[in-house]
Amino acid sequence: MRTIQAVTWKEIQVYFSNPMAYIVGLIFLAVTGFFFVINFGEPFPEASLTDFYQGATIILIFLAPALTMRLLAEEQKLGTIELLLTSPVRDWEVIAGKYLASLVFYLAMLAMTSYYVILMFIFSDPDPGPIYSGYLGLVLYGAAALSIGILTSTLTSNQIVAFVVSAGILMLLYFADTGSGVVGGIWSTFVNEIGMRSHFNDFDRGVIDTKHIIYFLSVITVFLFLSIRALESRRWR
Amino acid sequence: MAISESETFMIQATGLTHYYGPQPAIEDVNFGVKKGEILGFLGPNGAGKTTTMRILTGFMPPTEGKVTLSGFDVVEQSLEARRRVGYLPETVPLHTEMTVTSYLKYMGSLRGMRSKRTNQRIGEVIDLCRLGDYRKTIIGKLSKGFRQRVGIAQAILHEPEVLVMDEPTIGIDPIQVVETRRLIQDLGKEQTVVLSSHILPEVSMLCERVMIIHQGKIVAEDTPTNLAERLQGVERLQVEIGGPASEVLPVLRNIEGVIEANHRAQQGREVYSIRVREGKDLRDDISRAVISNGWSLLSMQMMGMSLEEIFLRLTTEEEL
Repeated sequence: MRTIQAVTWKEIQVYFSNPMAYIVGLIFLAVTGFFFVINFGEPFPEASLTDFYQGATIILIFLAPALTMRLLAEEQKLGTIELLLTSPVRDWEVIAGKYLASLVFYLAMLAMTSYYVILMFIFSDPDPGPIYSGYLGLVLYGAAALSIGILTSTLTSNQIVAFVVSAGILMLLYFADTGSGVVGGIWSTFVNEIGMRSHFNDFDRGVIDTKHIIYFLSVITVFLFLSIRALESRRWR
Repeated sequence: MAISESETFMIQATGLTHYYGPQPAIEDVNFGVKKGEILGFLGPNGAGKTTTMRILTGFMPPTEGKVTLSGFDVVEQSLEARRRVGYLPETVPLHTEMTVTSYLKYMGSLRGMRSKRTNQRIGEVIDLCRLGDYRKTIIGKLSKGFRQRVGIAQAILHEPEVLVMDEPTIGIDPIQVVETRRLIQDLGKEQTVVLSSHILPEVSMLCERVMIIHQGKIVAEDTPTNLAERLQGVERLQVEIGGPASEVLPVLRNIEGVIEANHRAQQGREVYSIRVREGKDLRDDISRAVISNGWSLLSMQMMGMSLEEIFLRLTTEEEL
């Protein structure tokens, strides 16, 4: 447990001493802020965070990989992985520690958007239900996106490759449901069900369905598991 | 090897073989290191030193063979074994964006050290590696020599029973080389140290026992003094002489200093290989003998023994 903490703490320190993380945070706030105000100009704007949620899920396709791309790729590039893997740390602890660090940073980033909610409550009378469920959805969605980023970062020593591949996977998963009409029968259902956006949208509507929670938790589990196996296989290569 | 004997060995490696591709990087490497001993791996670049070190430290498992470290198998009981090793990899990979102290704290916590002990040890290793003025310096801004010291500091931080150092003095300036060697000697008084080098004098100076590794195999193992003697002992010459072999051979064998002379015909050429004693240069004597008998001397070449060939590729003199 202490070793997971050590890895997480070190990565959090690096996040906060590195311009990259601040840039990611800045872009996240700028883009989500833009989506937050996007319908303010309409004659009867809706007091909801729907546009913010939609905007956040889209920009996270790029920002989640940007947060995770460094985590293992850099260790492999610099060779520091040699000291990490010869320390008495289990492979799953390495992955867990790195993942938790990215999750903590993401949650901090998300927490900064809470002023949208505060503004919303001050200047209007929104329905609180969808706001809470939407945030829960964003946490799960982001956590899943980060787990995908961890896998690609484990697989390569090139941060750009890690970024591009995980952004690509995320985008495919995001829009997967749109393509369900292309294939027929059982495949159509499958493609529809793996789509991230379709699972997120219920949260946005104020619905907390265990089906969707299980979906996101499964994505996280599968990708973290694959990351651990990928790290283990590094030793045999 | 008897079981009772194995107990006295801190590190015991048997039949280590590792393949990266179809070619073995190391093949059937066996050795044991006693507690408190400094063992040196000597060999040219690409001989398999780093591979051996990586297996010792549990970074990667060998394709075949087994290593125990203080009785713990590095593959089967990896975590226990890894707890007892301090490792300085060849390129000294460090987290360049961290300060010296925060990096050492991180390495301490990775090894499961309590923060009180970590802080106390950080003070000690910083003194030992003379990093006192650089506690708060970002590692990326340190020179190569100082990074080396940080690398050593992290390797000894948790007071490991075994210290593995891959080329500990490569790429640092001569004064720092001297300091680093002194540090290694001090550490070797209490710890078991395995180090690798391609510099002959360095290994002779630091190690009580040397293993020469070449193309993945251990080709010699001895004390530095004995090795040096064995090296100077014998030389070999290859000579091509135009003359009847039956007459040439006895003449060659009669020259003082020649241990052995053999003849073989090679594509119609008469080639003799001659073993010569004690690093004597007999080329002069041989050519005189050949000419005075009316034969012709067509070529003469000094051939190294296999051990010497390896040594020729090593740096035998210190670069200053």
